[in-house]
Amino acid sequence: MVRSKPKVGRKARMKQGPVPTLDEFYQGILDPRKAAQQKNNESESRKRKRENRGASVKSKKEKAVFEKTKSDLFEEEEQEHLEEDKKVAGEDDFYEFGDEEEQSDIDEEEVDDGNENESDEVYDSEDENERGRAMFSDDEGDEDLLEAANQQGLANVFKGDSEDEDPAEGEEDEFVNSDDDFKQGEEEDVEINVDSRVTNVLPSGQEVEAPSNVPPDIHISRTRIQEILNVLDDFIKYGEAGRSRSDYVAQLIADIANYYGYTEFLAGKLFELFSPREAIEFFESNEVPRPITIRTNTLKTRRRNLAQALVNRGVNLKPIGNWTKVGLQIFDSQVPIGATPEYLAGHYIIQAASSFLPVIALAPQENERVLDMAAAPGGKTTYISALMKNTGCVFANDANKARTKSLIANIHRLGCTNTVVCNYDAKQFPHVIGGFDRVLLDAPCSGTGVIAKDPSVKTSRNEKDYIDLPFLQKQLLLAAIDSVDANSKTGGYIVYSTCSVTVDENEAVVDYALRKRTDVKLVETGLEFGVPGFTSFRGKEFNQRLSLTRRYYPHTYNVDGFFVAKFKKMKVVEQKPNGTSKA
Amino acid sequence: MRPLTEDETKTVFEKLANYIGRNITHLINRPDDPHCFRLQKDRVYYVRESVMRFATSVGRPELMSLGICLGKFTKTGKFRLHITSLEFLAQYARYKIWIKSNGEMSYLYGNNVLKAHVGKMSDDIPEHSGVVVFAMNDIPMGFGVTAKSTADARRLDPTGVVAFRQSDIGEYLREEDTLFT
Repeated sequence: MVRSKPKVGRKARMKQGPVPTLDEFYQGILDPRKAAQQKNNESESRKRKRENRGASVKSKKEKAVFEKTKSDLFEEEEQEHLEEDKKVAGEDDFYEFGDEEEQSDIDEEEVDDGNENESDEVYDSEDENERGRAMFSDDEGDEDLLEAANQQGLANVFKGDSEDEDPAEGEEDEFVNSDDDFKQGEEEDVEINVDSRVTNVLPSGQEVEAPSNVPPDIHISRTRIQEILNVLDDFIKYGEAGRSRSDYVAQLIADIANYYGYTEFLAGKLFELFSPREAIEFFESNEVPRPITIRTNTLKTRRRNLAQALVNRGVNLKPIGNWTKVGLQIFDSQVPIGATPEYLAGHYIIQAASSFLPVIALAPQENERVLDMAAAPGGKTTYISALMKNTGCVFANDANKARTKSLIANIHRLGCTNTVVCNYDAKQFPHVIGGFDRVLLDAPCSGTGVIAKDPSVKTSRNEKDYIDLPFLQKQLLLAAIDSVDANSKTGGYIVYSTCSVTVDENEAVVDYALRKRTDVKLVETGLEFGVPGFTSFRGKEFNQRLSLTRRYYPHTYNVDGFFVAKFKKMKVVEQKPNGTSKA
Repeated sequence: MRPLTEDETKTVFEKLANYIGRNITHLINRPDDPHCFRLQKDRVYYVRESVMRFATSVGRPELMSLGICLGKFTKTGKFRLHITSLEFLAQYARYKIWIKSNGEMSYLYGNNVLKAHVGKMSDDIPEHSGVVVFAMNDIPMGFGVTAKSTADARRLDPTGVVAFRQSDIGEYLREEDTLFT
């Protein structure tokens, strides 16, 4: 079921039997024919070879993508692509041994072909225009992917997980399985050579040079990831003499980049956030789409009525969780969920569960004036409007004129009568109109929290993005703070959120704002769950109150990666002699 | 953004009166919650006065929408109601037609209302008058004009057209590119 779907192809391959140890792999690479002859079980080895072939074709392409990104030679992209294709074709001929055997196993072949085509598509769809485009958490993802996620979610429910509503559990299960597979293989290995784990994990000097003419093998990477993880678990015990921990980590990052298809830069950046094992969980969960969720429009209907109406149309759903009274998770549907009469009548909007969070944190009250600085496509704006029961006034701003179209469409469809839509660069905001009771800034970001939704992030982000985007975010956050009326009776709050998980775009930006504007402080977000933000990170010390911010990861809560911080602007403004406080 | 001129007001009110008749006074006179009509780039918006006052801070080129858009003036000076006005039309509608669930999708794809799909309709609808179309569970689906009076519609064969579609909520998907700016 899951195999034919995109994005899980690699995962499906993972499930094929126990993972061979590194030794077996190296042997197989050096002389596949000989290795095959040695095996008693012909079919077993054949399967593995085919995997190798598929994997190397794939990894070769990924390598091409890396090189291209690094050198920034975009005008040569097409040409490179053609050349790569030719090379790959040649490679195919070279690996095409045992043809007569393949006839017997057509199903296998089809699956592999499907995967190869799929990887082709991924490569082709790499659009240069996509580069540098900031991500927004509300962008609608591919519905097919969501479908797959829902089916998986449903499968989890049928497995009996209905008690615990977190589908991440299924994810963990698989993880444990693959781990077990590995351990089985390892145990055999241990019987033969107790020290094998220690001696063979890192490639020797010669092997490090090898990749220049031989493409890195994806299965070697996968096996080595597991082995290095084991070593890192207890480095003193398993670490090889003369090798430092950073050698292992560097190799691990290189393998992650190779196996999951990230640039090494981004893989390293994301790896830094977690312990090694948790990092792998994070990367794994980025390969699985999040479930499709909808938000009830309380201006027009109630969740119970909506659920009933959708169930009558053949939709399988359940509430997202205890933390929201308006969210529903869709498992599967006989009708397109974005075109039912209820949808068109504005009874609900398709919205990721994670994008409920900043609005819940903002907690807008009736008769307030609220600003949403980067509003399109309007999921959060309409939620704010609904929470305020169409009283007061909501300013919905978006800098991109084309995106205001979907914003206006959603506002009208959901019947939000208290909105003003404008098309400013949000940095101008205190000058256009200020004195808001609350401001929501869902900043444009690199989208590292929504890689499952948009895998192009894996290869399109570089060092420059992590200079430019935080710079923009800092400007926007200061503008947001300045737009708030500190003397507001009910409000005076600012919520900053991104759909990215990197520290540069989150804690660093918040810390900067706290240093620049002394009249704001961080307060509790009012969210029931989430990991506390970092107070220090790789030598950088942040404000201690940053532990009040909340982080969300796909592998812990099965929502998109997200960050939420809530500020309160204080009434008394102490004018500092150096004039760093509010102008 | 500016208030409507006298001529424009007349055109808009005449159009609205087709569907909501005398109930139009409910739109204009709301002493507890005053609303107003505003024109911005050919489009007429119906908006709460307090919201409108805040919106005056926004420059004309940057203001994309405020409150609810009722419709737009064509180049020839006629006024055309948009589907976004449905909320108010449905609230104050004079004549109503309910369509059965088997006709819902047909209507949402932009087809006229057929006799076979009509679940019920107001009793005294004259020919060629504005009518608001509902689903059987009272969800407003769009608006149009009747092709036959209620009495004539009773004698119609099942494939006969009872009301011509002018607008339906399917336009949110079909016309997204042109409907909003």
